[in-house]
Amino acid sequence: MIPASWSLLLSAVVFTIGVIGVLVRRNAIVIFMSVELMLNSGNLAFVAFARQLNSLDGQVFVFFVMTVAAAEVAVGLAIIVNLFRLRESVFVDEINLLKG
Amino acid sequence: MSGVPFLLPVDWWALGAVIALSGGAMALLLLEFLPHGPESNRAALVSLVTLLAAGASVFVVRDSRRALFDGMFVHDGITVFFTFLFCAIGILSVLLSWDYVKRTRINRTEYYALLLSSTLGMVIMAGSNDLITVFLGLELMSLALYVLVGFRRSHLESNEASLKYFLLGAFASGFLLYGIALLYGATGTTNLQKMTAVMSDSPMLENPLFVVGALLLVVGLGFKVSAVPFHMWTPDAYEGAPTSVTAFMSAGAKAAGFAALVRVGLSTLGAVRTDWVPVLSAIAILTMTVGNVTALLQNNVKRMLAYSSIAHAGYVLVAIVAGGRDGASAALFYLAVYSLMNLGAFGILTLLGRGTEERVLVSDLAGLGFRHPGLGIAMTVFMLALGGIPPTAGFMAKVYVFGVALKAGLVPLVIIGVLNSVVSVFYYLRITVAMYMEEPQAEPTHVSWAVPGALAVLAAVALTLWWGVQAHALLDQAQRSVLGGM
Repeated sequence: MIPASWSLLLSAVVFTIGVIGVLVRRNAIVIFMSVELMLNSGNLAFVAFARQLNSLDGQVFVFFVMTVAAAEVAVGLAIIVNLFRLRESVFVDEINLLKG
Repeated sequence: MSGVPFLLPVDWWALGAVIALSGGAMALLLLEFLPHGPESNRAALVSLVTLLAAGASVFVVRDSRRALFDGMFVHDGITVFFTFLFCAIGILSVLLSWDYVKRTRINRTEYYALLLSSTLGMVIMAGSNDLITVFLGLELMSLALYVLVGFRRSHLESNEASLKYFLLGAFASGFLLYGIALLYGATGTTNLQKMTAVMSDSPMLENPLFVVGALLLVVGLGFKVSAVPFHMWTPDAYEGAPTSVTAFMSAGAKAAGFAALVRVGLSTLGAVRTDWVPVLSAIAILTMTVGNVTALLQNNVKRMLAYSSIAHAGYVLVAIVAGGRDGASAALFYLAVYSLMNLGAFGILTLLGRGTEERVLVSDLAGLGFRHPGLGIAMTVFMLALGGIPPTAGFMAKVYVFGVALKAGLVPLVIIGVLNSVVSVFYYLRITVAMYMEEPQAEPTHVSWAVPGALAVLAAVALTLWWGVQAHALLDQAQRSVLGGM
């Protein structure tokens, strides 16, 4: 059996990749994908802990999080598509009307 | 037990506000099938009734204490206080939106449906006793707000604000969720009470999972209340959003974030309070200082109020650092007063301009005080209240917060807080000076008078002054709410 610590390590790595992705990428859609990586690393950690602690709670929470993530995709892509219609760009550096 | 009961044994009255708000939001979406004109008041009326019903249903059970759904949702003093607050914020926002959305041609049923869903999310956050419920409430509130911020679909600023708010908000949600997962791993539960019990049995500060998890939790919630250094989205989102939405989110989203922080602070983190004081103090000092100093440089009133709302988050954080029941009740008091002042100030901005134009620069306010005395006096009251000048409620709120902090021995924090209040008076008075002592350079700003909006502003002025004189009534309420916590 794969020890729980391996899954936790993987979740930490995926989380870090997500954070770095959000910080260094400039394409709104790629940033958004990195955010999804962060949420999924949370899910993985929940499952790993649930297994380690022998409790079902963590596994149930994953369903909640997946639902939330799906709703977030719907809203996020709608926002990005709408902005693309107006600007024909999804690069966050070019989206700079508001500042001060 | 014979078979599975069809209905869970739940006290439905304690869930009254949640049921009313979800019902109202769904009813609005169904109503969309019946045709109506662009000037229709139907959606606004339905949401007003829904919010009143939600408030009334909480009023019926205001003294009962319940834990629902296996302790995931609690109905206690804090829930009741915040539910009232969110319903009031919702009602004032609906009144402010009434004519504003018609004027800016965004009078759609979904606008109000999203407003109700967002309020629902806030209520769930305030009543949640489990980190997963906090997460769900927070996402429900935020997802609705992301759309509301971008509601002027053909307007580039609105879209840009929405995208920035969304990307940074989702980023913060990721931190929050991972923090919750780590706390679950460290303590074996996500229930706040059980977590506190686990921690009193075995100290957790040696456990890196717990420390990192709690830090990530603070980051996630700090983002929602726009504490520095997680505030970058605030000015952009506030400036680009339709003004009525800015009013709603500046009051509601912040109060909801703090509701969750107060709950976590009173239970779980409260048990290891001394270890969190340095971290939260640093955040509070940064938040107050950065917010106030940057606000000095702004020419757009919406942006200035956005930075001012960051600074106000810092004052509330001072109360949370002070901790305990006193700190919590001072925070509750401050949040109620802050919501009122901010709704009022943004409410006046919703009245300015003709059609879809926005007149929200400081220079647009020039001479307004003489041409529209009522508006000038109201704006002056809100500016004095935000600056913390007596006899307004803003002054009493600051007195209580700093008093509690002094009692807790946080002298440096209080000194920095008071100095910050002095700095803040400069930019608040700049608006008053513009209104009364400057002549408009170009065409004077048109005021789109509207009865519902004016009523909301009037109510905010009256309450700001009333709570300034009769502060103890509200403070008693806040203290009883906190004592009535589990």
